[in-house]
Amino acid sequence: MARIAGVDLPRNKRIEIGLTYIYGIGRSTSLEILDKLNINPDTKTDELTEAEINNIRKAIDDGYKVEGELRTAVSMNIKRLMDLGCYRGLRHRRGLPVHGQRTSTNARTRKGPRRAAVKKKGGPKKK
Amino acid sequence: MPRSLKKGPYVEDKLMMRVQVAQETRSNRVIKTWSRRSTIVPEMVGLTLAVHNGRKFIPVFVSENMVGHKLGEFSPTRTFYGHAGDRKSRLKK
Repeated sequence: MARIAGVDLPRNKRIEIGLTYIYGIGRSTSLEILDKLNINPDTKTDELTEAEINNIRKAIDDGYKVEGELRTAVSMNIKRLMDLGCYRGLRHRRGLPVHGQRTSTNARTRKGPRRAAVKKKGGPKKK
Repeated sequence: MPRSLKKGPYVEDKLMMRVQVAQETRSNRVIKTWSRRSTIVPEMVGLTLAVHNGRKFIPVFVSENMVGHKLGEFSPTRTFYGHAGDRKSRLKK
């Protein structure tokens, strides 16, 4: 079983797809790596030789920010915006969409599940 | 798509003049500006600019990190106090 960057790769998928199980590597990065190392993207993960796996590991370590490191970088970027007090930071703080989308409707990904509008009297309780 | 590098960052000429004067004379008088579309350039770091938000001027102290953003990003144009009966967000202000 191949273990790269702290992630177990699925054993019976093509390596092109298998690599995308790593956070920070998608189809194009995956192909880019395999192309550089002259590995056929159609090989199953199990069929890779130990040397090939090591090469992939090395290529990822040297050239790409993945997993924890990438996650930290992303959250640092967001934190920087929030500390700056700029518009984008304010949107992040409020959990609203950042890129100018409408919020009258939709925007459920950022806002989370719908909440009841106004509760009847007896103390307005809302989350 | 970002602005072409060839052109350099956009800063209103008048504002740039006033910023340069302020930096030379080391004055820390607040510079009022309506030019929300101007990019913050390194020359402005350390100055306080009052950026108009359509109603009043919001003082913005320019720090190192802000370089590259636009002035308008730091002067919100909308006021939102939360919905009626929405206790939590009203407390947060």
